[in-house]
Amino acid sequence: MTDAAVHAVNPDQQARVRLSGREICKSFGPAQVLFDVSIDLHAGEVHALLGENGAGKSTLVKILSGYHQPTSGALSLDQAEVTFEDSEVAENHGVILIHQELNLAEQLTVEENIFLGREIKRGWFLDKAAMRAEAKKLLDQLQCDVDPRTRIKDLAVSDRQMVEIAKALSKNADILILDEPTAVLTGREVDILFDQIRRLREQGVAILYISHKLDEIKAIADRVTVLRDGRLITTEPVAEVEKDDMARLMVGRDIKQMFPDRAPVEAHDVAMSVRNLSVDGQVRDASFDLRRGEVLGFAGIVGAGRTALMEAIIGLRDRSSGEIERNGEPVSIHSLQDAKKCGIAYLTKDRKGSGLLLNMDMRPNLTLLALEKFGTVILNRKAEEAALANAIEAFDIRAADPKAKVGDFSGGNQQKLLLAKVMETDPEVVIIDEPTRGIDIGTKSQIYHFIGDLTKRGKSVILLSSEMPEMLGLSDRIAVMAAGRITGILEGNDRNEHEIMRHATGISGKQGVSVHE
Amino acid sequence: MSSLERSEASTSSGFNIDFKALGPFLALVGLFVLGTVINDAFLSGGNLSNIFTRAAFIGIIAVGATFVITAGGIDLSVGSMAAFISGAMIVVMNTLVATLGAGIETVLIGVVLSVLLGIAAGAVNGLVSTKGKIEAFIVTLGTMGIYRSLVTYMADGGTLSLDFDVRGVYRPVYYGDILGIPVPVLVFFAVAVAGYVLLNMTPFGRKCFAIGSNEQVARYSAIHVDRVKTLTYVIQGLCVSVATIIYVPRLGSASSSTGVLWELEAIAAVIIGGTMLKGGYGRIWGTVIGAIMLTTIGNILNLTDAISNYLNGAVQGLIIIVAVFLQSGDWRRKKSK
Ligand SMILES: Nc1ncnc2c1ncn2[C@@H]1O[C@H](COP(=O)(O)OP(=O)(O)O)[C@@H](O)[C@H]1O
Ligand SMILES: [Mg+2]
Repeated sequence: MTDAAVHAVNPDQQARVRLSGREICKSFGPAQVLFDVSIDLHAGEVHALLGENGAGKSTLVKILSGYHQPTSGALSLDQAEVTFEDSEVAENHGVILIHQELNLAEQLTVEENIFLGREIKRGWFLDKAAMRAEAKKLLDQLQCDVDPRTRIKDLAVSDRQMVEIAKALSKNADILILDEPTAVLTGREVDILFDQIRRLREQGVAILYISHKLDEIKAIADRVTVLRDGRLITTEPVAEVEKDDMARLMVGRDIKQMFPDRAPVEAHDVAMSVRNLSVDGQVRDASFDLRRGEVLGFAGIVGAGRTALMEAIIGLRDRSSGEIERNGEPVSIHSLQDAKKCGIAYLTKDRKGSGLLLNMDMRPNLTLLALEKFGTVILNRKAEEAALANAIEAFDIRAADPKAKVGDFSGGNQQKLLLAKVMETDPEVVIIDEPTRGIDIGTKSQIYHFIGDLTKRGKSVILLSSEMPEMLGLSDRIAVMAAGRITGILEGNDRNEHEIMRHATGISGKQGVSVHE
Repeated sequence: MSSLERSEASTSSGFNIDFKALGPFLALVGLFVLGTVINDAFLSGGNLSNIFTRAAFIGIIAVGATFVITAGGIDLSVGSMAAFISGAMIVVMNTLVATLGAGIETVLIGVVLSVLLGIAAGAVNGLVSTKGKIEAFIVTLGTMGIYRSLVTYMADGGTLSLDFDVRGVYRPVYYGDILGIPVPVLVFFAVAVAGYVLLNMTPFGRKCFAIGSNEQVARYSAIHVDRVKTLTYVIQGLCVSVATIIYVPRLGSASSSTGVLWELEAIAAVIIGGTMLKGGYGRIWGTVIGAIMLTTIGNILNLTDAISNYLNGAVQGLIIIVAVFLQSGDWRRKKSK
């Protein structure tokens, strides 16, 4: 805030329009996704682009940086009209986009990625030492202590993001566009990123920052442009709009109730119980009951063993011991197929890597998990189409073009499709891992209500989430894990952040054991 | 039907995909026009039937390869497998002549043997690569050597020849026709139709597409990935066996040079037809057209003196590269900017 205020009084910088788009329209086939959008990026200013998933933010910035051509409308750079035939031309003009989906060569090292296509050479040979030193310097600036020789595939997602940023910095970006950079970063990393953004702003770089997180926009941006359904809603100084207003402008309506109402459930009506389940080195002796119609949250710090426990339940990971009962009957689950037969479904947190076939359209994705429902010998295409029509309706999937590849869908629509896919098997127990990662608040609320509806229909839900409001707002009870053990199951008034942290860090009575690996 | 659907979808998103589906077909029409211009004899019934009959071998094998490649695999062993199976068939049939005589029974036993060997050889490729977690490229490179050396061993380094009388009984399978259509062409057509139905209309085919586009997603969708992948190699083995059954009466012999480079021709037919080498998208009709194109090129070179027949491989290679380039669509993006 203070930054913005200090900044606002610097008029000569403020007035310098660098890159602007005029009345940009964009269609993909028959589907128009941008309607007459205009935007100005000023030197030495952080301009936020705010909008729900699918509002057209990524499409707009891809046009600004040469990855897409506008269907109509024009770009100008320093008041002169320009055309960016491709991203290379844009980069030569100093316009650099850091993609929402990171764009690094997985098999190459950090330094190779940073200098990809612009290798430093001495004579005919690569000057590896110089590149390593330069890469190290850039990463140090970002307080990111990864070795430049590490391969990208061995890095955590947040480190990959830092490498992307280092790469952009090394290209001396004049106009830097960041598409939802914080979706995969931790709190500390976000702070470091913001420091870097402020430093670049001091140097006069024009920055376009995309997010649907209102706090971030308040913290970092000078002006904000709101997009909704491909249309420009407004552009205003951030200091003059409240967060509530921004949310309303973005969603186009008031979000009255973020979370569904919870109805009390019968404690003795147990849908699934897990007894003394262990996974070598990751889960120790976990036991819990899942009641019919409840949402049982699983909290814990990263590495506490939540994912390992869930994967062991659904047969994706070997158990070293433990039993599972469904409706009081012991069941034997050794594969995902077994879990499916027992009415247990799992919604992965990795939508793109293990959830959806990004190169295909919606129909095959929807029916993949429940193919046998659509024919054992010949698939019934009509039935598939009908199921798709139902799913689009029931889960409010908004695809401009239903035949488009789901890889082109916004995160929110992908998540809804994934939910629909899993529900095709008509499961009794649904394990949901991070249901709203990278999803805007309007869609988030919708997904929360879908989950609420599931429980009303008698389904039982296990929720894994790293977002505290979501955990508290959705769960009836919260199991907390630390170091591979369930350290407590919180109910009623104990269901609060303080208790969760106390159990998650292991300072509560029952101590977790330290686990290896 | 999927190609139809593709073109429907494409009218909605510009005409680019349209070209993808129709491309191989248009290229084939182009080749036919070229052939006719070069030599009147090209369009004669005899010549056309010759083209299609020859295309049947590679085509039948390529239908199997379409499954393997769609599911993200590759099979380099098909040529050697064909040689091995022909060798085994000839040895067994020749031995049977002594007890059963040179009749239908002998040929039938040979045919059954061929099918069993095809299934077994495919299963070996599939199981070793899935259960052993070894790249299919490596596994089938290995079995390619193994099957090839087995036939060399059986022939003792020379040539295995089918008993003359059996050859007479077996002959119609290659040289016969029904209603004027050569038997190999009919078999090719039947295999293609069955392949099309299996790949595009059944849960199995859908699973092949899913595994080829993202194995992890397939696994999380409760698909028995290893089982489906192994089955694609078994289908490939079956197709090789069917092609071999037709091939044996043609030459009546097998040697270490039988079926050399067939694997590359089969893969080429699949790729020219628009199936993606990296998996996830396959087209049986494309493969059929690809196989016909490859034989047509050879045929045209035979009919003209302009280019030496010895350059057949070069022209085929060129066509493969051009076909894939056209299908990648990159050239269009560059133009449209
Ligand atoms: N290459 C594409 N082909 C077809 N539709 C697309 C493509 N890219 C994006 N879209 C569609 O455009 C709309 C806007 O998407 P996007 O710009 O990614 O939104 P945001 O970044 O605001 O979440 C969505 O409906 C999406 O499905
Ligand atoms: Mg986006």
